[in-house]
Amino acid sequence: MTSPADTEEAATKPNYLKMLLADPLAFIAAIVLLVVAFIAVFGRQLAGPTATQGDLALSRLAPFSTDHGWQYFLGGDLLGRSLLGRLMVATQTTMSVSVPVVLISLVIGASVGMWAGYHRGWRETLAMRIADVVLSFPSLLMAVVVLYIFSPSIASIIAILAVTRIPVYLRTARAESAELQSRVFVDAARTFGTPSGAIIRRHIFPIVLPTLLTVATLDFCYVMLAESSLSFLGIGVQPPDVSWGLMVAQGRDQLRTQWWLSVLPGLAIVITTVSANLLASWVRLATDPGQRWRLTTPRRRRRRRAVPVLEA
Amino acid sequence: MLTFLRRRALTSLLPLLAVVLGVFVLARLTGNPAALYLPENATAEAREQFSAANGFDKPIWAQLIDYFAGVARLDFGTSLRTGEDAATMALRAFPATLQLAVVTMVLAIAVAIVVGCWAALRPNGLADRVSGMLSMTAASVPDFWLAILGIWVFAIILGVLPTSGVDAGGASWVLPIAVLMVRPAGVLTQVVRGAMISALGSPYVKVARAKGASEGRVVARHALKNAAPPALTVAGDLAVGLINGAVVVESIFGWPGIGKLMIDAILQRDFAVLQAAVALTAISIFVLNIAIDIGYALLDARVRNKAGAAA
Repeated sequence: MTSPADTEEAATKPNYLKMLLADPLAFIAAIVLLVVAFIAVFGRQLAGPTATQGDLALSRLAPFSTDHGWQYFLGGDLLGRSLLGRLMVATQTTMSVSVPVVLISLVIGASVGMWAGYHRGWRETLAMRIADVVLSFPSLLMAVVVLYIFSPSIASIIAILAVTRIPVYLRTARAESAELQSRVFVDAARTFGTPSGAIIRRHIFPIVLPTLLTVATLDFCYVMLAESSLSFLGIGVQPPDVSWGLMVAQGRDQLRTQWWLSVLPGLAIVITTVSANLLASWVRLATDPGQRWRLTTPRRRRRRRAVPVLEA
Repeated sequence: MLTFLRRRALTSLLPLLAVVLGVFVLARLTGNPAALYLPENATAEAREQFSAANGFDKPIWAQLIDYFAGVARLDFGTSLRTGEDAATMALRAFPATLQLAVVTMVLAIAVAIVVGCWAALRPNGLADRVSGMLSMTAASVPDFWLAILGIWVFAIILGVLPTSGVDAGGASWVLPIAVLMVRPAGVLTQVVRGAMISALGSPYVKVARAKGASEGRVVARHALKNAAPPALTVAGDLAVGLINGAVVVESIFGWPGIGKLMIDAILQRDFAVLQAAVALTAISIFVLNIAIDIGYALLDARVRNKAGAAA
């Protein structure tokens, strides 16, 4: 089957920025994630004192009015702290859990997976068995047990979530590397006496990377949801720290009178995870040479070309 | 077939043992497990007494043997809160979760088959794109927030459904099931769609069409039957994942199931109950995995015959 990939666009090096601009949904998603990242870094300073020291006069302030400054645009909580300010501070906590978890599990899972897939044999069997065991048990339940035994702190949340996510990368990296290690270019490198570590680093890793990045973007959603679920249940991030999931839980008792206290933090979670999902599907298309034409070929021309492919 | 099942049972047994052993190791990592069982303000004598009574002063290997013997007899000790047998409490809570999970999975599978087939009939058509968007959103929405949103809209604003509990009969089932089934339904729809698209493009469907089978018969008898095995595998994983959701949903809606029992045990630091609940969950996952393997073998002639040949 021939795809329109073998045309002039695919021959040149892909221009990722141009492809991102061509896909409005992915572009918006990328902007949203950049804003979230910015708030995660500078949110505490931007929010100012209204996030931590409440003004009791503004207690239970209704949202969507700027009479008391932009910080109170999303209303105030029981102690008169600004909801928007608290959301911004919580962004930092949520990200300081999610990002390390994704990075740690990505690095460990990918390294072990590529190593196991390259060497095959007992190393592969052992790694896969352990991954199966971890994956076969509900991750939240595992976190629940561990967080009971080691009292919940940001470090223990990161550790247990990373352990439950390592198998995801391990499986992906192993499958790709097991397939790659039988290819001719790897054989060639082996014939020249390249040590296995260098083959994995220089010949296997660059090919596996795009897949791993897609998985990581998707997994980022999963980790964010897991952290917020744990915090919501009261065994994740503990007060006085604040995370989005914890804010939903804290606002729950006021649902009847101040709905925004728990609905809006949840909305922040949804907006971020939907953006990460959209960006993940864009990354999957953009890094796959066989699919890239979907992003580089304008829609009108695409339909004309796509027809014969579908008919075939 | 039996050899196949025996081999699968052994592979599924591994995670079960790992979980039971893992809880033991983790509990001992923190030093004296008496600290886990007793309240934080217990006196030193109370701790020593408790250690001696439960054999925590014996050597570690003797403790391990005692522990496994206890697990085999479903003996996890007594609850600190109620003084009741921990395993009895877990077994009592189990049916509530099972009912919730079964109804959720049946509904999710039904939705997935209908929507997935509909989307697969015209790939990239309107139904396909809408269901694709919905599936993606379903994977991104936190279930606890969906539950809160449901309570806010249907219980507080509209007042048509109860906020929590199981006393209102059928109405109290609506929100927990709706929240729980969102994710499995979304994922399964995409799996059914993918499997159906490849099944509908295969030669045997062309033959069926050429012989004049109606479209309904082609979809239901020829394509769907062959699209079922991959969907079944994913449904099994989702059913295991449903336990994650059950913990959240049960504690929000006050559903007297095993998820709520676990969270309550954690918040009240009742380790024996938590341990019993976790072990019971691990055992049911083990049983579920075997059931899925049997179903898989029954559905897929290739697995069935290969297993027969290996025997």
